[in-house]
Amino acid sequence: MQLKTVEGDVAKLAARGEAPTAGLSDFLVRDTPVAYAFIGPAFFLLLFLVAYPFVLSLWFSLSDARVGETGSFVGLDNFARLLRSGIFLQTLQNSIVFTAAALTLKTVLGMILALLLFRLVRFKRLIRGAVLLPFIVPTALSTLVWWWMFEPLYSVVNWTLKSLHIVNYDIPWLPDPYLAMFTVILVNTWRGLPFFAITLLAGLVAIPRELYEAAESDGAGPIGRFWHVTVPLLKPVLAVVILFSAIFTLADFNIVYVLTKGGPFNMTHLFATYSFVLGLQSGQIGQGAAVSLFLFPILLAVVFVQLRMVRKAAMYD
Amino acid sequence: MTSPGRRIRPLFTLYLPVMPFVLFALFPLYFMLITSLKKNSELYDVTTVPFLIKRGVTLGHYQLLSQDTLFWSWFVNSLIVSVAATVVSVVIGILAAYPLARLRFPGGDSFGVAIFVTYLVPPSLLFLPLSTVVNRLGLSDSLWALVVTYPTFLVPFCTWLLLGYFRTVPKEIEECAMLDGCNRLQTLVRILLPVAVPGVICAALFAFTLSWNEFLYALVFVSPAELKTMTVGVISELIRGDIYYWGGLMAGACVGSLPIVIAYVFFLDYYVSGLTAGAVK
Repeated sequence: MQLKTVEGDVAKLAARGEAPTAGLSDFLVRDTPVAYAFIGPAFFLLLFLVAYPFVLSLWFSLSDARVGETGSFVGLDNFARLLRSGIFLQTLQNSIVFTAAALTLKTVLGMILALLLFRLVRFKRLIRGAVLLPFIVPTALSTLVWWWMFEPLYSVVNWTLKSLHIVNYDIPWLPDPYLAMFTVILVNTWRGLPFFAITLLAGLVAIPRELYEAAESDGAGPIGRFWHVTVPLLKPVLAVVILFSAIFTLADFNIVYVLTKGGPFNMTHLFATYSFVLGLQSGQIGQGAAVSLFLFPILLAVVFVQLRMVRKAAMYD
Repeated sequence: MTSPGRRIRPLFTLYLPVMPFVLFALFPLYFMLITSLKKNSELYDVTTVPFLIKRGVTLGHYQLLSQDTLFWSWFVNSLIVSVAATVVSVVIGILAAYPLARLRFPGGDSFGVAIFVTYLVPPSLLFLPLSTVVNRLGLSDSLWALVVTYPTFLVPFCTWLLLGYFRTVPKEIEECAMLDGCNRLQTLVRILLPVAVPGVICAALFAFTLSWNEFLYALVFVSPAELKTMTVGVISELIRGDIYYWGGLMAGACVGSLPIVIAYVFFLDYYVSGLTAGAVK
């Protein structure tokens, strides 16, 4: 298909009896220069504001740079110090717990919600619109209301639990380390669930109806149809959604920063918030950069898997 | 067999199970709104039912916000930054998506992969070195810092979305135009873009939303109070010390979410298609 365009252009030039000489008009007909001219702005943006900062970040992580100082090369010292630091190991553990729990919740609840949304007939648009809302409002601001809902003295959650006589005391949601982690996971799930539901819904819509009819005539019940038709066919979409969300859940900053600032006792710090504290608040850019680079392996893994999936899909096309 | 039982069944198997999800999604936003409209006397009275406003609605928190804080400056700053970053990113995105969708050129595949990888880079990975870069460019503590850095995550998104969209447009219509003597730029602007308007709207909506909601870069790169954006202003300027003015905070959160909610109500279908385009295509 793409070759055809080149041939078309050459044929056209030949037909008009023109040589591909200078001048803006001709310049824009030829493919390669045109392509480079068009991608130029994006290319330089990625080069100077993504690739260069990334290299800079690698350098910082290998240096003892502080705010305002370039620092000198210290090898893997920053990483060695981090792996001996209790706070960092806690952050590492928090990140794993937070990401695993939030991803599991979002996948299971997202699947259930997508299956429900798929069957809606009345109020379809209204309900879909309502459940998508948490994903589009500014997270930093919506996290504020969650803070207010779990605030020690006036918590509406505690008020409800006490009114229903489920508990008779105020649950310390945010001061307690484990409950704080639970709250942070809850808010992340609240925000990310719509993305899972809506994307899985789009995947469900794409499954041909005939497969369900065939499965039904073979005697498969609703549960059998779910496991033998829906899940296998939804696997690619499911994989993309989970991988995509894995990066952005692990890299979460807003929710923890607003809700707990990483506390109590660093029990909710994630890579992003701890890197913020180290790099900006205590000025140790080298250490901060080293922390944020721990996000990179998962990014690489996801890119690798997704590119393989794209290639595979392209082969079947 | 259309017995009443059959018509009522979805009520229990479908609409009833979906209700907890709707409630979960909407309650915090509802609670945000009513908190912002309650008088302080009711807000801090633990004996009243917190779900309703019983002692009258007040706009006091909003008035306080307007008079005593830089709230409207933050609003305007957010608007300026979001509009500027959106325009820049959509234009760069259109230009980059076109050759990726239509032309074959050396390095094209690698560039496509680079765009895709950048699309997956979370802002929290690069905020430290970027703050150094912004500093060296002399842009820190100005809105330019944000206008320049937001495209780093907006351009990959717009390019990826538009690339998918351009590929759905048959290229024959362009070939006709080119035979008529249009060059690539003219074909793109006059032939492809008019057909791809929904894709462009979708990219612009998402770019605006992502810019408006951005928090980390705005927090790190801009420190003077009067230059802060909405999200950072509300979080870092309204929370001072240990006493929280929850009414005011919620009023700020409401106004800060409003532009996005309005856009969302009008363009719901674009949001849905943009959201799924990234993952499904």
